[in-house]
Amino acid sequence: MKSIVYLVIGIFFGIVMLKSEAASWFRIYEMFQFKAFHMYGIIGSALVLGVIFIQLIKRYKIKTFNREEIIFTNKNKSILRYLLGGIIFGLGWALSGSCPGPMFTLLGAGFFPVMIVILGALLGTWFYGLLKNKLPH
Amino acid sequence: MDLINQPIPWYIAGPLIAIIMLLLLLVGKNFGMSSNLRTICTALGASKTCDFFCFDWKGQRWNLLVMLGAVIGGFIAVKYLSGGNAPEINQEVINELKSLGFKSAGNNYLPLELFGTTVFSSVKGIIILLIGGVLVGFGARYAGGCTSGHAISGLSNLQLPSLIAVIGFFIGGLVMVHLIFPLIFPLIF
Repeated sequence: MKSIVYLVIGIFFGIVMLKSEAASWFRIYEMFQFKAFHMYGIIGSALVLGVIFIQLIKRYKIKTFNREEIIFTNKNKSILRYLLGGIIFGLGWALSGSCPGPMFTLLGAGFFPVMIVILGALLGTWFYGLLKNKLPH
Repeated sequence: MDLINQPIPWYIAGPLIAIIMLLLLLVGKNFGMSSNLRTICTALGASKTCDFFCFDWKGQRWNLLVMLGAVIGGFIAVKYLSGGNAPEINQEVINELKSLGFKSAGNNYLPLELFGTTVFSSVKGIIILLIGGVLVGFGARYAGGCTSGHAISGLSNLQLPSLIAVIGFFIGGLVMVHLIFPLIFPLIF
């Protein structure tokens, strides 16, 4: 039963990503050219509501549907890993025009060459695992 | 019901993404798609090569289901909801892309030069997509998250590390689009 819930949330996410054009390479390019408000509008409005949701959960100690506590873990403090990792991610995001969610949506949408991007992303994740201890964090 | 065939405007899409994040919190999970890449690596046997992949990947089954849903959602959007048409991007952007050699700009959801099926027989195209993917996968794990984990979940929770990561995303994206694209694409196309 719970499996269906996750699947439905994913389907909903996929439809929103594709139909809002957030999965379009062109929209990503346009965003980095500052030539349209579209992507900033999506991320900005998601954030405004997202901040409100999380503040409400914290203030009113809202529980999960199973009546368990919702725990937010603070991310480890560091600058280097977030900045360097972020820059590397950004280079790839602009080049491939896809981030780790939409790349799967594009596959379902029938843009099969995105399989090469997914293969690359898996390789990149693996390379990180291999090099992790040698990288500054 | 013509509305269903229209693209989703930003002011609907953003709140829907926030609701997706909220739903995942309410079922006791966190919104973050790039961890699926690590899970798949582990499921494929990467744990034999290093400790980073030694974890019980079956505990991440729920996120793989979200990912599978994202695939199905893409299929439904194109098949039944008229998704996948060319976005109405800025005309100046179309002109710039055409000067870089992207002839398909303005007429397609994705550039055919990179995502048309002919790319499978183009070594240059495959290399571009592969490098793009490697950077995304490597960068997401190094930064500890991607657009969903940092830009949405992390920033919504007012996490400074996520802000640093998102600034990084933009530095990388701007360098790629403004400095690297003009170098590579005129050579490729």
